[in-house]
Amino acid sequence: MQAFLHQLLSGLATGGIYASLALALVMVYQSTHHINFAQGELAMFSTYIAWTLVQAGFPYWEAFFLTLIFAFALGVFVQNVILKPVENASFFSVVMVFIGLLVIFNSVAGWIYTYTVKTFPSPFPTQAWYGGSYLSPHEVGMMGVTLVVLGLVFAFFRFTKLGLAMRAAAQNPVSSRLVGIRVGWMLALGAGLAGAIGAVAGMMAAPILYLEPNMMGGILLYALAGAVLGGIDNPWGAALGGVLVGVVENLAGAYVVGTELKLTVALCVIVGVLVFKPSGLFGRFVVTRV
Amino acid sequence: MTVTPNVRLIGLFAVLALAIALPFFVGGYRVFQFTMVLDYAIAVFGANILTGYNGQIALGNGAFYAIGAYTVAILMNHSGLPYWATLPIAAAICFVAGFLFGLPALRLEGPYLALATFALAVATPQLLKFHGIEKWTGGVQGILLDKPDAPFAAINSDQWLYLFCLIVTVIMFVLGYNLLRGRTGRAIVAIRDHPMAASSMGIDTSLYKSLTFGVSAMFTGIAGALGALATQFVSPDSFTLFLSISFIVGVVVGGVATVSGAFFGAIFIEFVPPFADQISKAAPWAIYGVLLIFCVYAMPTGVAGLFRLLGRMIFRRQPPSSSEISPARLTP
Repeated sequence: MQAFLHQLLSGLATGGIYASLALALVMVYQSTHHINFAQGELAMFSTYIAWTLVQAGFPYWEAFFLTLIFAFALGVFVQNVILKPVENASFFSVVMVFIGLLVIFNSVAGWIYTYTVKTFPSPFPTQAWYGGSYLSPHEVGMMGVTLVVLGLVFAFFRFTKLGLAMRAAAQNPVSSRLVGIRVGWMLALGAGLAGAIGAVAGMMAAPILYLEPNMMGGILLYALAGAVLGGIDNPWGAALGGVLVGVVENLAGAYVVGTELKLTVALCVIVGVLVFKPSGLFGRFVVTRV
Repeated sequence: MTVTPNVRLIGLFAVLALAIALPFFVGGYRVFQFTMVLDYAIAVFGANILTGYNGQIALGNGAFYAIGAYTVAILMNHSGLPYWATLPIAAAICFVAGFLFGLPALRLEGPYLALATFALAVATPQLLKFHGIEKWTGGVQGILLDKPDAPFAAINSDQWLYLFCLIVTVIMFVLGYNLLRGRTGRAIVAIRDHPMAASSMGIDTSLYKSLTFGVSAMFTGIAGALGALATQFVSPDSFTLFLSISFIVGVVVGGVATVSGAFFGAIFIEFVPPFADQISKAAPWAIYGVLLIFCVYAMPTGVAGLFRLLGRMIFRRQPPSSSEISPARLTP
C-alpha cells in the first residue's frame, strides 16, 4: 500500500509537468488548430537558457523569470515571424514548419551545448520539511509550481480583459477582428504564453531527467497523450489528462509493463482514445455539415 | 518543342543504364552510399504516396522501416531463409501493420494521424528494446546480419547488393507508378483534393486511406529490409523519430507528389550529412530543418518541381502556368 501511494503521488507530480505542456499545446491548438510539435523543443531550449543563466551566477529564481521572458519572446517570434508566411497555407505546410523547428532547436541546442548530459539545479531544499517520505521535496515543489501556473492561467483567461480578447480571437477570429481585437497579436500572445508554460515544464523536469537536447521528446509524447485524453480543444481537460497520464504511466510502469515500455503506454493511450472516444474525455464532439 | 513520352522514356533508360554502370566506376564506400540512396528513395516514395498523393501527414514511417529491417534480420538469423525470400514477408508484415495502425487514426480529420504517428515514431526504439522479445530482437545490442554473397564471381558483394537494390527499386517504382496512374491512384489523389466530393463519387475514403497507409508502410518496410541488408546491422537506436523525419524531409526537398522527387530527396538525405558533419555533429539536422522550412516557404514543389520548371522554360521558352507547377496542394 505504501509503495502504491508513493507511485501514485509521484505520478501526480510528473503528471503536473505533462499537464503544463499539454496546456501549452492546447492553447496553441485552440487558436490556430495546429499541434505545435516543436513545443517540447522550445521548452528544452528555454531550459538551456536557464542553465546558462544559472551558470553565469544568477540566483535561481531570477534565472527562472528571465527564462520565462525569453520563452515568451521565443513563442511570439515563432508565431509572428516563422509561421507568418504559412498563415494561410495548407495544414501540411504548417506541420512541416513545426517539424523543421523541432529539428532546428534540437540540433542548435546540441551544437551550442553538446549532447553531454547536464545537471540542472532544483530550487527546492533537499531535506523534506514535512513528515512524509512519499515524495521528494522537488516533487512537492513541482506540484506547487504546476498548481500556481494553472491558477494564474485560469485567472488570466477568466478575469482579465486581455484574456477575454484572446479567448474571443481563438473562438471567432472574424467577429473579433470586427470589434477591434488584433487577432494576429492575440495568437502571438497565446503562443508566447504557451512557450512560457512549456519553459516552466522544462525547468521543473530538468532536475529529474537531467538536461540534454532530447530531454523533452518523451515528455512531449505524454503531453500529447494527455491532451488527446482530456480533449484537444479543452485546456482544463488537457491539463487533467496530463495528470492522469502521469499517474497511469507511473502505475503501469511500476506494476504492469515495467519501466522499459512507458512510452508505449502513451502510444496506447493515444490510439485507445482515438478508437473509443475521439473527442477525449472533456472535448466537444464536432459534427461537420456538408 | 515539348517533352514527348518517347524522349522521356529514352531519358529514363539512359538514367537506368547509368545506374547499372555506377558501381563499376566508383569505390567501395561510394557503392554503399548509392545503395543507401536507392534504399531511401523507396522509403521517401512510400512516404510520398501517403503524404504527397493522399494528403495524410504521417510522421512515423521510421517504425515501418524498423519492422522491415527487423523482419529480415530475424528471418535470416532464425529461419535460414535466403535474403531475397525475406523481402516479400517483410513487405506483407508491414502492409498489414500499416493498415491496422491506420484504421483508428485515419477515421478522423485534422491532426490526429500526424499526432498518432508522431507518437509511434517516438515510442519505436523503446518498443524494440522490450526484453520480452529480446530473444528475437537482440534487445539493445541489436542483430548482426551476414552480407549476401554475389551470385557471380565477376562482381563483389557490395556491387551485387547495389544491383539487387536497384532491381527492387525498379520493381517498386514501376508498381508505385502504375498504382498512382490508374483508377486507384486517381481515387487516392481525389481523397487528398476533396474528401467529400471523393466519397460522394463512391470512393470508400476510409478504406482507401487505410490501404494507402498500408501501401506506404509496405514501401517503407521494403526500404528498411534493404537498409538492414546494406548496413548488416539493426539496432533500436537507429530507428528514432529523426529517421521518420528524414523521410519527410526527403519528400519535401525532393518534391511533394512527384515520383522522381524520391531520388532527389534520397540523394539529399544520404549525401548532406557527410559534408555537414565536418562543421558540427549537429549540423546535418540544422541543415535539414532550415531546408525543410525553406522548401515550404519558397520551393513547395521541391527539386523535382524546380527541374520540371527549368525543363519547361528551356523547351518552351515561356514560363509555365501556375496550375502546371503545383501538383501538390501546398499552396491554398
